[in-house]
Amino acid sequence: MEKTVEKPLYTNVIMAGFGGQGLMFIGKLLAYSSMKTGKRVTWIPSYGPEMRGGTANCTVVISDEEIGSPVITSPQALVVMNNPSLEVFEPRLQSSGMLFLNSSLITRRVSRKDIEIVKIPANDIAMEIGEKRTANMVMLGAYIARTRVVSKKDIFEGLKELFGKKIRFLDVNMRAFEDGMKYSQH
Amino acid sequence: MEKKFMTGNEAIAEAAIQAGCQHFFGYPITPQSEIPEYMSKRLPEIGGIYLQAESEVAAINMLFGAAGAGVRVMTSSSSPGISLMQEGISYIAGAQLPCVIVNIMRGGPGLGGIQPSQSDYFQATKGGGHGDYHMLVLAPHTVQEAVSLTMEAFDLADTYRNPVMILGDGYMGQMMEPVEFYKTSSPNLPPKDWALTGAKGRSANLVKSLYLDPEALEKHNLEINRKIQKMRKDEVRVENYQTDDAEVIIAAYGTVARICKTAIKVLRDKGIKAGMIRPITVFPFPYNDFEKLADKMRKFLVVEMSLGQMIEDVKLGLCGKAQISFYGRTGGMVPSYDEIVTETEKLVKEVG
Repeated sequence: MEKTVEKPLYTNVIMAGFGGQGLMFIGKLLAYSSMKTGKRVTWIPSYGPEMRGGTANCTVVISDEEIGSPVITSPQALVVMNNPSLEVFEPRLQSSGMLFLNSSLITRRVSRKDIEIVKIPANDIAMEIGEKRTANMVMLGAYIARTRVVSKKDIFEGLKELFGKKIRFLDVNMRAFEDGMKYSQH
Repeated sequence: MEKKFMTGNEAIAEAAIQAGCQHFFGYPITPQSEIPEYMSKRLPEIGGIYLQAESEVAAINMLFGAAGAGVRVMTSSSSPGISLMQEGISYIAGAQLPCVIVNIMRGGPGLGGIQPSQSDYFQATKGGGHGDYHMLVLAPHTVQEAVSLTMEAFDLADTYRNPVMILGDGYMGQMMEPVEFYKTSSPNLPPKDWALTGAKGRSANLVKSLYLDPEALEKHNLEINRKIQKMRKDEVRVENYQTDDAEVIIAAYGTVARICKTAIKVLRDKGIKAGMIRPITVFPFPYNDFEKLADKMRKFLVVEMSLGQMIEDVKLGLCGKAQISFYGRTGGMVPSYDEIVTETEKLVKEVG
């Protein structure tokens, strides 16, 4: 890819799905890995009576400059993993924004024509790897492959640090991430 | 120094520990339960005391006792819990004891909701409890600022022998940001020769707020008031953000202030020179800084997550010299920067 004049980075994304799908975690991982590369970051969760099976979302802002609002009305990108989240957030995506959707679970039709849609069968890819709980990492892989906010290496380093004691799950999560990257590129 | 990635709640708790707070009493309530959770894990590790009280009423009175013994002590709660603590806060202020109280505000009145709010401004800045007293109230707008203000809060409490409040909201508590924990140099603090540490070899100390003789109580209140006047003179903190060339000024504090920073960027891209005045101490309030701005500027927009509480202090500060407009969301709704942009544009177009 050709490099043009360096503009200060500013990007944001809302990630949404069922509680338990790991959206909060990949949001944190993205923010943490970006912080490690010297960026300013904010991560803000929807908090409330959500639980496993309910809906949950988080907003991540990544910037070279001071971050004002951590709350974003119209995000530049959207990672959604279930139908209710698509319903809530599709209208809020910026025009020409990127929608990453989990096509394994989302049956709802996308009505917007002014956005870029990346469909990832995240649960199916995760099942192939043999660990269905890594569907979130598949989605993050797709997001990173298409946005290049940080590198794969940055994410893997962040993952190692955040995982700490759960290190035995590291390989399968890294593989899920890579498969998500690969899938979104073809 | 290595940056840590923490929620506002965790960062406040860690900052307190690093400021020498080894005693914490509290009771869980959303959206601040991560503070007691963090304390319950960390304090035993460093030989401190974490105790989950049976209620907020009990927690604040445990603070009263520990503060009377001269140790650094903190509690945290959210709006309804802070209401329950008001009697104890008044007693602590009356007995002139230092402590730190964190209020991570949620929507009220009553049990209200659990989403962010700033509707405890009156309670925090104008008293809350009974009697002639004030807390010193610090309102951070980033997680990093929450760290530095929490550390400072303990020094201020010891300096003034007065309760200090950290006033945040649900988003401040739940949001994660990179933070660094700088070792701050404490000012020369007065010795705690009033503390109840056992009177062996010295005359007994007495910590109380009861003065039945009105002459004595008046004298006591005047003594408290001297401290409050000194706070008003020495402790006012404020940020003037892009105010130099501004044609319209937004007044906001806490989380709302950072949303306003984004609104100001959008407004400036559209050619409207907006700036912001952000009280960092909401008590003492930066009245003089508002008055100074009023001499140059005629239009002010106050933005709050309440139906208009800080606006009363803004009016006092502006002394009738400027046109004031208000935008507030309530009940846990958070104003977006688009809404703030629209409100500012409206005010700019209005003929003053």
